[in-house]
Amino acid sequence: MTILEVRNLTKRFAGLVAVDDVSFDVEKGSITALIGPNGAGKTTAFHLIAGALTPSEGSIRFEGREIVGRTPEELCSMGIARTFQIVRPLLGMTVLENVMVGALNRAPKLAEARAVAADLLHRIGLGAKADAPASTLTLPDRKLLETAKALATRPRLLMLDEVMAGLRPSEADRVTAVLHSFRDDGVTILLIEHVMRVVMAIAQKVVVLHHGKALAQGAPAAIAADPRVIESYLGRKAERR
Amino acid sequence: MSSVLPRDARRPASGGGPAVSRGFRATSMRQWGAAVAFVLVMLLVPLVASTFHLSVLTLIFLFAFVGVAWNLMMGFAGQLSLGHALYFGAGAYLVAILAERYGITPWLGLPLSFALGAALGCIVGALGFRFAVRGVYFALLTIAFAEFARIVFEHWGFVGRTGGFFLKALGPDNVPLLSLRGDSLFFYYALLMSLVGAWALAALLVRSPIGYRWRALRDDEDAARALGVRAFRMKLLVAAVSGGLTAIAGGWFGLIGGSLFPDSVFGMRISIEMILAPVIGGMGTLFGPILGAFLVIPLNEVSRDLAQSLGINGLNLLLYGVLLMAVIIVAPGGCWPWLARRLRLSDAGNR
Repeated sequence: MTILEVRNLTKRFAGLVAVDDVSFDVEKGSITALIGPNGAGKTTAFHLIAGALTPSEGSIRFEGREIVGRTPEELCSMGIARTFQIVRPLLGMTVLENVMVGALNRAPKLAEARAVAADLLHRIGLGAKADAPASTLTLPDRKLLETAKALATRPRLLMLDEVMAGLRPSEADRVTAVLHSFRDDGVTILLIEHVMRVVMAIAQKVVVLHHGKALAQGAPAAIAADPRVIESYLGRKAERR
Repeated sequence: MSSVLPRDARRPASGGGPAVSRGFRATSMRQWGAAVAFVLVMLLVPLVASTFHLSVLTLIFLFAFVGVAWNLMMGFAGQLSLGHALYFGAGAYLVAILAERYGITPWLGLPLSFALGAALGCIVGALGFRFAVRGVYFALLTIAFAEFARIVFEHWGFVGRTGGFFLKALGPDNVPLLSLRGDSLFFYYALLMSLVGAWALAALLVRSPIGYRWRALRDDEDAARALGVRAFRMKLLVAAVSGGLTAIAGGWFGLIGGSLFPDSVFGMRISIEMILAPVIGGMGTLFGPILGAFLVIPLNEVSRDLAQSLGINGLNLLLYGVLLMAVIIVAPGGCWPWLARRLRLSDAGNR
Protein backbone atom coordinates (compact mmCIF):
# COMPACT_ATOMS: atom_id res chain seq x y z
CA MET A 1 0.00 0.00 0.00
CA THR A 2 1.27 3.45 -0.90
CA ILE A 3 1.39 6.07 1.86
CA LEU A 4 3.03 8.85 -0.16
CA GLU A 5 2.52 9.45 -3.86
CA VAL A 6 4.69 12.08 -5.50
CA ARG A 7 3.72 12.92 -9.08
CA ASN A 8 5.51 15.24 -11.51
CA LEU A 9 6.86 17.30 -8.66
CA THR A 10 8.59 20.43 -9.95
CA LYS A 11 10.07 23.41 -8.17
CA ARG A 12 11.55 26.35 -10.05
CA PHE A 13 13.52 29.10 -8.39
CA ALA A 14 14.08 32.07 -10.72
CA GLY A 15 15.73 30.31 -13.63
CA LEU A 16 16.82 27.23 -11.72
CA VAL A 17 14.81 24.03 -11.73
CA ALA A 18 15.70 22.49 -8.37
CA VAL A 19 13.24 19.60 -8.65
CA ASP A 20 12.28 18.59 -12.15
CA ASP A 21 9.26 16.38 -12.82
CA VAL A 22 10.00 13.89 -10.05
CA SER A 23 7.59 11.03 -9.37
CA PHE A 24 7.95 8.25 -6.83
CA ASP A 25 5.93 6.25 -4.32
CA VAL A 26 6.67 5.42 -0.73
CA GLU A 27 5.22 2.13 0.49
CA LYS A 28 3.55 2.09 3.88
CA GLY A 29 5.79 0.61 6.55
CA SER A 30 8.90 0.79 4.40
CA ILE A 31 12.15 2.70 4.62
CA THR A 32 12.81 4.64 1.44
CA ALA A 33 16.02 6.54 0.80
CA LEU A 34 16.47 9.61 -1.36
CA ILE A 35 20.07 9.81 -2.53
CA GLY A 36 22.07 11.86 -4.96
CA PRO A 37 24.99 14.26 -5.19
CA ASN A 38 24.97 17.64 -3.47
CA GLY A 39 22.59 20.02 -5.19
CA ALA A 40 20.52 17.21 -6.69
CA GLY A 41 17.32 18.63 -5.16
CA LYS A 42 16.85 16.20 -2.28
CA THR A 43 16.34 18.78 0.43
CA THR A 44 14.12 20.90 -1.84
CA ALA A 45 11.97 17.83 -2.46
CA PHE A 46 11.73 17.40 1.32
CA HIS A 47 10.68 21.02 1.82
CA LEU A 48 7.98 20.55 -0.83
CA ILE A 49 6.59 17.41 0.78
CA ALA A 50 6.69 18.90 4.28
CA GLY A 51 4.92 22.09 3.22
CA ALA A 52 7.86 24.43 3.85
CA LEU A 53 7.90 25.26 0.12
CA THR A 54 5.07 25.24 -2.42
CA PRO A 55 5.65 23.22 -5.59
CA SER A 56 5.56 24.99 -8.96
CA GLU A 57 3.83 21.95 -10.39
CA GLY A 58 2.87 18.44 -9.47
CA SER A 59 0.91 16.68 -6.81
CA ILE A 60 1.72 15.05 -3.50
CA ARG A 61 -0.76 12.67 -1.96
CA PHE A 62 -0.43 11.44 1.61
CA GLU A 63 -2.68 8.52 2.54
CA GLY A 64 -4.68 9.31 -0.57
CA ARG A 65 -5.21 12.98 0.24
CA GLU A 66 -3.70 15.81 -1.78
CA ILE A 67 -1.41 17.79 0.55
CA VAL A 68 0.02 20.47 -1.72
CA GLY A 69 -0.80 23.86 -0.17
CA ARG A 70 -1.06 22.66 3.41
CA THR A 71 1.02 24.33 6.11
CA PRO A 72 3.82 22.48 7.90
CA GLU A 73 1.79 22.41 11.13
CA GLU A 74 -1.23 20.91 9.35
CA LEU A 75 0.97 18.25 7.81
CA CYS A 76 2.49 17.52 11.20
CA SER A 77 -0.91 16.95 12.73
CA MET A 78 -1.85 14.78 9.72
CA GLY A 79 1.11 12.58 10.59
CA ILE A 80 4.12 13.83 8.64
CA ALA A 81 7.21 14.78 10.64
CA ARG A 82 10.51 16.00 9.28
CA THR A 83 13.96 16.92 10.48
CA PHE A 84 16.07 19.74 9.12
CA GLN A 85 19.40 19.05 7.47
CA ILE A 86 20.84 22.08 9.21
CA VAL A 87 19.62 21.16 12.66
CA ARG A 88 17.23 23.56 14.34
CA PRO A 89 17.21 22.97 18.08
CA LEU A 90 15.04 25.33 20.13
CA LEU A 91 17.99 26.98 21.81
CA GLY A 92 16.14 28.66 24.66
CA MET A 93 14.72 25.37 25.92
CA THR A 94 16.12 22.25 27.49
CA VAL A 95 16.63 19.04 25.54
CA LEU A 96 13.57 17.53 27.18
CA GLU A 97 11.43 20.59 26.46
CA ASN A 98 12.49 20.51 22.80
CA VAL A 99 11.10 17.02 22.48
CA MET A 100 8.04 17.88 24.57
CA VAL A 101 6.99 20.52 22.02
CA GLY A 102 6.73 17.75 19.45
CA ALA A 103 5.12 15.34 21.88
CA LEU A 104 2.37 17.87 22.74
CA ASN A 105 0.90 17.14 19.31
CA ARG A 106 -0.56 13.83 20.35
CA ALA A 107 -0.18 14.10 24.11
CA PRO A 108 -1.89 17.37 24.98
CA LYS A 109 -1.23 17.05 28.71
CA LEU A 110 2.17 18.25 29.89
CA ALA A 111 2.81 15.28 32.15
CA GLU A 112 2.02 12.90 29.32
CA ALA A 113 4.19 14.82 26.85
CA ARG A 114 7.01 14.87 29.37
CA ALA A 115 6.82 11.10 29.80
CA VAL A 116 6.78 10.51 26.02
CA ALA A 117 9.73 12.86 25.55
CA ALA A 118 11.77 11.35 28.39
CA ASP A 119 11.21 7.87 27.01
CA LEU A 120 12.26 8.90 23.50
CA LEU A 121 15.39 10.64 24.73
CA HIS A 122 16.32 7.54 26.66
CA ARG A 123 15.85 5.35 23.59
CA ILE A 124 17.88 7.59 21.35
CA GLY A 125 20.69 7.92 23.87
CA LEU A 126 20.18 11.47 25.11
CA GLY A 127 18.53 10.52 28.40
CA ALA A 128 21.39 11.78 30.51
CA LYS A 129 21.22 15.20 28.87
CA ALA A 130 17.46 15.69 29.16
CA ASP A 131 17.69 18.68 31.50
CA ALA A 132 20.60 20.34 29.72
CA PRO A 133 19.90 23.48 27.70
CA ALA A 134 19.71 22.51 24.01
CA SER A 135 22.32 25.18 23.31
CA THR A 136 24.96 23.13 25.14
CA LEU A 137 24.65 20.08 22.87
CA THR A 138 27.38 19.09 20.43
CA LEU A 139 26.49 18.74 16.76
CA PRO A 140 26.11 14.92 16.86
CA ASP A 141 23.84 15.29 19.89
CA ARG A 142 21.87 17.97 18.08
CA LYS A 143 21.34 15.52 15.23
CA LEU A 144 19.99 12.99 17.72
CA LEU A 145 17.77 15.67 19.25
CA GLU A 146 16.45 16.60 15.80
CA THR A 147 15.41 12.97 15.26
CA ALA A 148 13.87 12.69 18.72
CA LYS A 149 11.83 15.87 18.18
CA ALA A 150 10.39 14.54 14.92
CA LEU A 151 9.65 11.13 16.43
CA ALA A 152 7.91 12.78 19.37
CA THR A 153 5.14 14.05 17.08
CA ARG A 154 4.26 10.37 16.56
CA PRO A 155 4.28 10.55 12.77
CA ARG A 156 3.05 7.94 10.35
CA LEU A 157 5.55 9.27 7.80
CA LEU A 158 8.92 10.30 9.18
CA MET A 159 11.20 12.32 6.91
CA LEU A 160 14.83 12.45 7.96
CA ASP A 161 17.29 14.78 6.25
CA GLU A 162 20.82 13.46 6.76
CA VAL A 163 20.42 12.66 10.44
CA MET A 164 23.35 10.26 10.38
CA ALA A 165 25.85 12.74 8.96
CA GLY A 166 28.55 13.44 11.52
CA LEU A 167 27.50 10.65 13.88
CA ARG A 168 30.04 8.12 15.10
CA PRO A 169 29.34 4.61 13.79
CA SER A 170 28.11 3.52 17.21
CA GLU A 171 25.69 6.45 17.34
CA ALA A 172 24.54 5.83 13.78
CA ASP A 173 23.88 2.21 14.72
CA ARG A 174 21.81 3.29 17.70
CA VAL A 175 19.76 5.67 15.55
CA THR A 176 19.33 2.89 12.98
CA ALA A 177 18.06 0.60 15.72
CA VAL A 178 15.60 3.25 16.93
CA LEU A 179 14.39 3.81 13.37
CA HIS A 180 13.92 0.08 12.92
CA SER A 181 11.89 -0.14 16.09
CA PHE A 182 9.64 2.69 14.91
CA ARG A 183 9.37 1.10 11.48
CA ASP A 184 8.29 -2.09 13.22
CA ASP A 185 5.62 -0.02 15.00
CA GLY A 186 4.30 0.93 11.55
CA VAL A 187 6.07 4.25 10.95
CA THR A 188 7.04 4.79 7.32
CA ILE A 189 10.42 6.41 6.86
CA LEU A 190 11.68 8.54 3.99
CA LEU A 191 15.26 9.60 4.41
CA ILE A 192 17.93 11.61 2.68
CA GLU A 193 21.27 10.05 3.39
CA HIS A 194 24.84 10.25 2.19
CA VAL A 195 26.13 7.41 4.31
CA MET A 196 25.74 4.58 1.77
CA ARG A 197 26.47 1.98 4.43
CA VAL A 198 23.28 3.10 6.20
CA VAL A 199 21.23 3.34 3.03
CA MET A 200 22.14 -0.13 1.85
CA ALA A 201 21.54 -1.59 5.29
CA ILE A 202 18.11 -0.16 6.05
CA ALA A 203 16.35 1.00 2.88
CA GLN A 204 13.98 -1.23 0.94
CA LYS A 205 13.82 1.27 -1.87
CA VAL A 206 16.20 3.92 -3.13
CA VAL A 207 15.33 6.94 -5.28
CA VAL A 208 18.31 8.59 -6.97
CA LEU A 209 18.03 12.29 -7.76
CA HIS A 210 20.41 13.96 -10.17
CA HIS A 211 20.16 17.57 -11.34
CA GLY A 212 16.64 17.64 -9.95
CA LYS A 213 15.48 14.60 -11.93
CA ALA A 214 14.69 11.13 -10.67
CA LEU A 215 17.51 9.21 -12.32
CA ALA A 216 16.61 5.75 -11.06
CA GLN A 217 14.59 4.02 -8.39
CA GLY A 218 14.42 0.52 -7.08
CA ALA A 219 15.86 -1.91 -4.56
CA PRO A 220 19.27 -0.95 -3.09
CA ALA A 221 21.11 -3.81 -4.77
CA ALA A 222 19.68 -2.93 -8.19
CA ILE A 223 20.51 0.74 -7.67
CA ALA A 224 24.07 -0.05 -6.64
CA ALA A 225 24.50 -1.98 -9.88
CA ASP A 226 22.79 0.58 -12.14
CA PRO A 227 25.39 1.97 -14.56
CA ARG A 228 23.73 5.42 -14.68
CA VAL A 229 23.85 5.68 -10.91
CA ILE A 230 27.46 4.56 -10.76
CA GLU A 231 28.31 7.08 -13.46
CA SER A 232 26.54 10.01 -11.86
CA TYR A 233 26.82 9.38 -8.15
CA LEU A 234 28.31 6.25 -6.64
CA GLY A 235 31.17 5.87 -9.06
CA ARG A 236 32.23 9.47 -8.96
CA LYS A 237 32.11 9.40 -5.23
CA ALA A 238 34.23 6.25 -5.14
CA GLU A 239 36.80 7.86 -7.42
CA ARG A 240 37.04 10.89 -5.15
CA ARG A 241 38.01 8.67 -2.29
CA MET B 1 -2.12 33.22 44.81
CA SER B 2 -3.32 30.52 47.11
CA SER B 3 -5.40 28.94 44.38
CA VAL B 4 -2.35 28.82 42.15
CA LEU B 5 0.15 27.33 44.52
CA PRO B 6 -1.35 23.89 45.17
CA ARG B 7 -1.89 23.36 41.47
CA ASP B 8 1.77 23.85 40.79
CA ALA B 9 2.80 21.80 43.77
CA ARG B 10 0.69 18.97 42.44
CA ARG B 11 1.86 19.08 38.88
CA PRO B 12 5.41 17.73 39.05
CA ALA B 13 4.26 14.74 41.06
CA SER B 14 2.06 13.56 38.21
CA GLY B 15 4.68 13.76 35.48
CA GLY B 16 8.27 13.44 34.57
CA GLY B 17 10.57 10.58 33.84
CA PRO B 18 12.61 8.96 36.55
CA ALA B 19 15.80 11.02 36.35
CA VAL B 20 14.12 13.95 34.70
CA SER B 21 12.72 17.09 36.27
CA ARG B 22 13.81 16.49 39.82
CA GLY B 23 15.75 19.74 39.70
CA PHE B 24 12.78 21.36 38.05
CA ARG B 25 10.57 20.37 40.93
CA ALA B 26 12.83 21.76 43.64
CA THR B 27 13.49 24.99 41.74
CA SER B 28 9.84 25.42 41.00
CA MET B 29 9.00 25.19 44.69
CA ARG B 30 11.73 27.67 45.58
CA GLN B 31 10.44 30.04 42.92
CA TRP B 32 6.91 29.91 44.24
CA GLY B 33 8.29 30.35 47.73
CA ALA B 34 10.14 33.46 46.62
CA ALA B 35 6.99 34.81 44.98
CA VAL B 36 4.91 34.27 48.11
CA ALA B 37 7.58 35.84 50.30
CA PHE B 38 7.71 38.86 48.00
CA VAL B 39 3.95 39.38 48.18
CA LEU B 40 3.91 39.01 51.97
CA VAL B 41 6.65 41.61 52.34
CA MET B 42 4.87 43.96 49.97
CA LEU B 43 1.61 43.56 51.90
CA LEU B 44 3.39 44.78 55.04
CA VAL B 45 5.38 47.62 53.48
CA PRO B 46 2.65 50.28 53.97
CA LEU B 47 3.13 49.91 57.73
CA VAL B 48 6.46 51.64 57.43
CA ALA B 49 6.44 53.48 54.10
CA SER B 50 5.59 57.14 53.51
CA THR B 51 2.94 58.27 51.05
CA PHE B 52 5.65 59.21 48.58
CA HIS B 53 7.26 55.81 48.79
CA LEU B 54 3.88 54.17 48.36
CA SER B 55 3.23 56.14 45.18
CA VAL B 56 6.64 55.19 43.79
CA LEU B 57 5.97 51.54 44.64
CA THR B 58 2.57 51.83 42.95
CA LEU B 59 4.30 53.06 39.82
CA ILE B 60 6.73 50.14 40.11
CA PHE B 61 3.80 47.71 40.29
CA LEU B 62 2.17 49.38 37.28
CA PHE B 63 5.30 49.07 35.16
CA ALA B 64 5.96 45.56 36.42
CA PHE B 65 2.39 44.77 35.32
CA VAL B 66 2.86 46.07 31.77
CA GLY B 67 6.33 44.51 31.77
CA VAL B 68 4.80 41.11 32.50
CA ALA B 69 2.29 41.68 29.69
CA TRP B 70 4.87 42.83 27.13
CA ASN B 71 7.25 40.08 28.18
CA LEU B 72 4.66 37.41 27.37
CA MET B 73 4.69 38.61 23.79
CA MET B 74 8.41 39.29 23.31
CA GLY B 75 10.14 37.30 26.02
CA PHE B 76 8.10 34.13 25.66
CA ALA B 77 6.61 34.20 22.18
CA GLY B 78 9.33 36.21 20.45
CA GLN B 79 7.08 38.85 18.89
CA LEU B 80 8.66 42.28 19.16
CA SER B 81 6.05 44.96 19.79
CA LEU B 82 7.25 48.53 20.09
CA GLY B 83 3.71 49.87 19.97
CA HIS B 84 2.19 48.57 23.19
CA ALA B 85 1.14 52.17 23.88
CA LEU B 86 -1.79 51.38 21.58
CA TYR B 87 -3.27 48.99 24.12
CA PHE B 88 -2.20 51.10 27.11
CA GLY B 89 -3.83 54.22 25.72
CA ALA B 90 -6.96 52.44 24.53
CA GLY B 91 -7.48 50.93 27.97
CA ALA B 92 -6.77 54.23 29.71
CA TYR B 93 -9.26 56.19 27.63
CA LEU B 94 -11.91 53.47 27.70
CA VAL B 95 -11.96 53.16 31.50
CA ALA B 96 -11.86 56.93 31.98
CA ILE B 97 -14.54 57.69 29.39
CA LEU B 98 -16.87 55.00 30.73
CA ALA B 99 -16.45 56.27 34.28
CA GLU B 100 -16.64 59.98 33.53
CA ARG B 101 -19.18 60.19 30.70
CA TYR B 102 -21.40 57.21 31.39
CA GLY B 103 -20.94 56.61 35.08
CA ILE B 104 -19.84 53.03 34.48
CA THR B 105 -17.71 51.68 37.28
CA PRO B 106 -14.13 50.62 36.50
CA TRP B 107 -15.15 47.25 37.94
CA LEU B 108 -16.79 46.87 34.52
CA GLY B 109 -14.47 49.25 32.69
CA LEU B 110 -11.29 47.32 33.46
CA PRO B 111 -12.59 43.96 32.15
CA LEU B 112 -13.94 45.80 29.10
CA SER B 113 -10.53 47.39 28.58
CA PHE B 114 -9.05 43.89 28.63
CA ALA B 115 -11.50 42.89 25.90
CA LEU B 116 -10.67 46.02 23.88
CA GLY B 117 -6.91 45.49 24.26
CA ALA B 118 -7.28 41.84 23.30
CA ALA B 119 -9.33 42.75 20.24
CA LEU B 120 -6.78 45.38 19.17
CA GLY B 121 -3.98 42.88 19.76
CA CYS B 122 -5.79 40.42 17.51
CA ILE B 123 -6.24 43.03 14.78
CA VAL B 124 -2.61 44.13 14.76
CA GLY B 125 -1.49 40.53 15.18
CA ALA B 126 -3.73 39.17 12.43
CA LEU B 127 -2.45 41.76 9.98
CA GLY B 128 1.16 41.10 10.87
CA PHE B 129 1.06 37.36 11.28
CA ARG B 130 -1.22 36.59 8.34
CA PHE B 131 1.07 38.37 5.94
CA ALA B 132 4.17 36.92 7.61
CA VAL B 133 5.46 40.30 8.73
CA ARG B 134 8.23 39.19 11.04
CA GLY B 135 10.79 40.73 13.36
CA VAL B 136 11.66 44.36 12.80
CA TYR B 137 8.90 44.84 10.25
CA PHE B 138 6.32 43.62 12.72
CA ALA B 139 7.74 46.05 15.28
CA LEU B 140 7.36 48.88 12.77
CA LEU B 141 3.76 47.85 12.17
CA THR B 142 3.02 48.03 15.89
CA ILE B 143 4.58 51.50 16.11
CA ALA B 144 2.48 52.64 13.18
CA PHE B 145 -0.73 51.52 14.88
CA ALA B 146 0.16 53.26 18.15
CA GLU B 147 1.08 56.47 16.37
CA PHE B 148 -2.10 56.32 14.34
CA ALA B 149 -4.11 56.05 17.56
CA ARG B 150 -2.21 58.98 19.10
CA ILE B 151 -2.94 61.20 16.12
CA VAL B 152 -6.61 60.22 16.06
CA PHE B 153 -6.99 61.04 19.75
CA GLU B 154 -5.15 64.35 19.32
CA HIS B 155 -7.84 65.40 16.85
CA TRP B 156 -10.89 63.83 18.46
CA GLY B 157 -13.04 66.44 20.17
CA PHE B 158 -14.94 63.89 22.28
CA VAL B 159 -11.78 63.04 24.25
CA GLY B 160 -10.50 66.59 24.53
CA ARG B 161 -7.90 66.45 21.75
CA THR B 162 -4.39 67.41 22.88
CA GLY B 163 -5.93 69.30 25.80
CA GLY B 164 -6.52 65.99 27.54
CA PHE B 165 -9.33 64.11 29.23
CA PHE B 166 -9.89 64.54 32.95
CA LEU B 167 -11.60 62.61 35.67
CA LYS B 168 -13.54 64.65 38.20
CA ALA B 169 -11.78 65.29 41.48
CA LEU B 170 -12.83 62.83 44.15
CA GLY B 171 -15.65 64.02 46.36
CA PRO B 172 -16.00 63.36 50.12
CA ASP B 173 -18.58 60.66 49.38
CA ASN B 174 -16.15 58.67 47.22
CA VAL B 175 -16.05 54.97 48.00
CA PRO B 176 -12.72 53.64 46.71
CA LEU B 177 -14.00 50.09 46.44
CA LEU B 178 -16.77 51.29 44.10
CA SER B 179 -15.00 53.97 42.06
CA LEU B 180 -11.63 52.16 42.18
CA ARG B 181 -10.11 55.54 42.91
CA GLY B 182 -8.71 56.52 46.27
CA ASP B 183 -5.63 57.57 48.15
CA SER B 184 -2.12 56.28 47.59
CA LEU B 185 -2.66 53.41 50.02
CA PHE B 186 -5.70 52.25 48.04
CA PHE B 187 -3.84 52.36 44.73
CA TYR B 188 -0.86 50.63 46.32
CA TYR B 189 -2.91 47.59 47.25
CA ALA B 190 -5.00 47.71 44.08
CA LEU B 191 -1.93 47.63 41.85
CA LEU B 192 -0.20 45.04 44.01
CA MET B 193 -3.21 42.76 43.65
CA SER B 194 -3.44 43.45 39.90
CA LEU B 195 0.23 42.63 39.52
CA VAL B 196 -0.18 39.38 41.42
CA GLY B 197 -3.12 38.51 39.19
CA ALA B 198 -1.29 39.33 35.96
CA TRP B 199 1.80 37.49 37.12
CA ALA B 200 -0.19 34.41 38.12
CA LEU B 201 -1.96 34.39 34.75
CA ALA B 202 1.38 34.72 32.97
CA ALA B 203 2.90 31.95 35.11
CA LEU B 204 0.01 29.59 34.42
CA LEU B 205 0.12 30.25 30.68
CA VAL B 206 3.88 29.96 30.43
CA ARG B 207 3.92 26.68 32.31
CA SER B 208 1.07 25.24 30.28
CA PRO B 209 1.41 23.57 26.87
CA ILE B 210 0.67 26.98 25.38
CA GLY B 211 3.83 28.37 26.98
CA TYR B 212 5.92 25.57 25.49
CA ARG B 213 4.53 26.38 22.06
CA TRP B 214 5.17 30.10 22.50
CA ARG B 215 8.78 29.47 23.46
CA ALA B 216 9.22 27.12 20.52
CA LEU B 217 7.93 29.85 18.19
CA ARG B 218 10.28 32.34 19.81
CA ASP B 219 13.31 30.11 19.33
CA ASP B 220 12.62 29.04 15.74
CA GLU B 221 9.27 29.54 14.06
CA ASP B 222 9.88 27.17 11.15
CA ALA B 223 11.15 24.41 13.40
CA ALA B 224 8.20 24.94 15.74
CA ARG B 225 5.71 24.68 12.87
CA ALA B 226 7.37 21.48 11.70
CA LEU B 227 6.69 20.16 15.21
CA GLY B 228 3.02 20.95 14.79
CA VAL B 229 2.82 24.30 16.56
CA ARG B 230 -0.06 26.29 15.09
CA ALA B 231 1.92 29.46 14.66
CA PHE B 232 -0.85 31.86 13.66
CA ARG B 233 -3.22 30.81 16.40
CA MET B 234 -0.54 30.84 19.10
CA LYS B 235 0.74 34.28 18.09
CA LEU B 236 -2.76 35.68 17.99
CA LEU B 237 -3.37 34.31 21.47
CA VAL B 238 -0.28 35.95 22.93
CA ALA B 239 -1.09 39.25 21.22
CA ALA B 240 -4.59 39.13 22.72
CA VAL B 241 -3.48 38.32 26.27
CA SER B 242 -0.62 40.82 26.16
CA GLY B 243 -2.76 43.56 24.65
CA GLY B 244 -5.58 42.90 27.07
CA LEU B 245 -3.37 43.04 30.16
CA THR B 246 -1.64 46.18 28.91
CA ALA B 247 -5.02 47.84 28.44
CA ILE B 248 -5.90 47.06 32.06
CA ALA B 249 -2.65 48.69 33.13
CA GLY B 250 -3.61 51.71 31.04
CA GLY B 251 -6.96 51.79 32.78
CA TRP B 252 -5.27 51.91 36.17
CA PHE B 253 -2.91 54.60 34.91
CA GLY B 254 -5.88 56.84 34.12
CA LEU B 255 -7.57 56.14 37.44
CA ILE B 256 -4.39 56.93 39.38
CA GLY B 257 -3.48 60.11 37.53
CA GLY B 258 -6.96 61.39 36.79
CA SER B 259 -5.82 62.97 33.55
CA LEU B 260 -5.03 61.56 30.12
CA PHE B 261 -3.23 63.12 27.19
CA PRO B 262 -2.82 61.36 23.84
CA ASP B 263 0.92 61.82 23.93
CA SER B 264 1.32 60.51 27.47
CA VAL B 265 -0.57 57.24 26.91
CA PHE B 266 -0.23 56.60 23.15
CA GLY B 267 3.23 58.13 22.59
CA MET B 268 6.39 56.31 21.57
CA ARG B 269 7.87 57.24 24.89
CA ILE B 270 5.47 55.09 26.90
CA SER B 271 5.99 52.21 24.46
CA ILE B 272 9.71 52.39 25.15
CA GLU B 273 9.36 52.89 28.91
CA MET B 274 7.17 49.80 29.02
CA ILE B 275 9.85 47.54 27.65
CA LEU B 276 12.75 48.77 29.80
CA ALA B 277 11.73 46.83 32.90
CA PRO B 278 11.48 43.44 31.16
CA VAL B 279 14.60 44.06 29.08
CA ILE B 280 16.67 45.08 32.09
CA GLY B 281 15.08 42.51 34.38
CA GLY B 282 15.30 39.65 31.91
CA MET B 283 13.12 38.82 28.94
CA GLY B 284 11.56 35.40 28.88
CA THR B 285 11.60 35.10 32.66
CA LEU B 286 8.63 35.32 34.98
CA PHE B 287 10.33 37.49 37.58
CA GLY B 288 12.46 39.64 35.29
CA PRO B 289 9.88 42.35 34.57
CA ILE B 290 9.19 42.79 38.28
CA LEU B 291 12.85 43.03 39.22
CA GLY B 292 13.38 45.34 36.26
CA ALA B 293 10.61 47.68 37.41
CA PHE B 294 12.22 47.84 40.85
CA LEU B 295 15.45 48.97 39.20
CA VAL B 296 14.12 51.25 36.48
CA ILE B 297 11.41 53.25 38.24
CA PRO B 298 13.47 54.33 41.29
CA LEU B 299 16.33 55.19 38.98
CA ASN B 300 13.95 57.30 36.96
CA GLU B 301 12.72 59.10 40.10
CA VAL B 302 16.20 59.74 41.45
CA SER B 303 17.60 60.87 38.16
CA ARG B 304 14.66 63.19 37.53
CA ASP B 305 15.21 64.84 40.91
CA LEU B 306 18.90 65.02 40.17
CA ALA B 307 18.24 66.46 36.72
CA GLN B 308 15.99 69.13 38.22
CA SER B 309 18.39 70.14 40.98
CA LEU B 310 21.31 70.25 38.56
CA GLY B 311 19.23 71.85 35.84
CA ILE B 312 20.25 69.23 33.29
CA ASN B 313 17.26 68.18 31.25
CA GLY B 314 17.18 64.61 30.04
CA LEU B 315 19.66 63.32 32.61
CA ASN B 316 17.29 60.48 33.44
CA LEU B 317 17.30 59.37 29.82
CA LEU B 318 21.08 59.41 29.85
CA LEU B 319 21.09 57.27 32.99
CA TYR B 320 18.58 54.91 31.39
CA GLY B 321 20.92 54.52 28.46
CA VAL B 322 23.90 53.84 30.70
CA LEU B 323 21.93 51.30 32.75
CA LEU B 324 20.75 49.56 29.60
CA MET B 325 24.30 49.34 28.27
CA ALA B 326 25.60 48.09 31.60
CA VAL B 327 22.98 45.32 31.64
CA ILE B 328 23.74 44.34 28.07
CA ILE B 329 27.43 44.07 28.87
CA VAL B 330 27.31 42.51 32.34
CA ALA B 331 24.15 40.40 32.18
CA PRO B 332 22.97 40.13 28.57
CA GLY B 333 20.03 37.95 29.56
CA GLY B 334 18.88 40.54 32.08
CA CYS B 335 19.35 40.95 35.82
CA TRP B 336 16.99 38.23 36.97
CA PRO B 337 18.82 35.23 35.44
CA TRP B 338 22.03 36.66 36.88
CA LEU B 339 20.49 37.11 40.32
CA ALA B 340 18.58 33.83 40.21
CA ARG B 341 21.75 31.84 39.58
CA ARG B 342 23.16 33.36 42.75
CA LEU B 343 20.00 32.68 44.73
CA ARG B 344 19.77 29.18 43.25
CA LEU B 345 16.30 29.94 41.96
CA SER B 346 16.94 29.33 38.30
CA ASP B 347 16.90 26.28 36.16
CA ALA B 348 17.45 26.15 32.46
CA GLY B 349 13.95 25.21 31.46
CA ASN B 350 12.10 27.55 33.62
CA ARG B 351 14.07 30.71 33.46
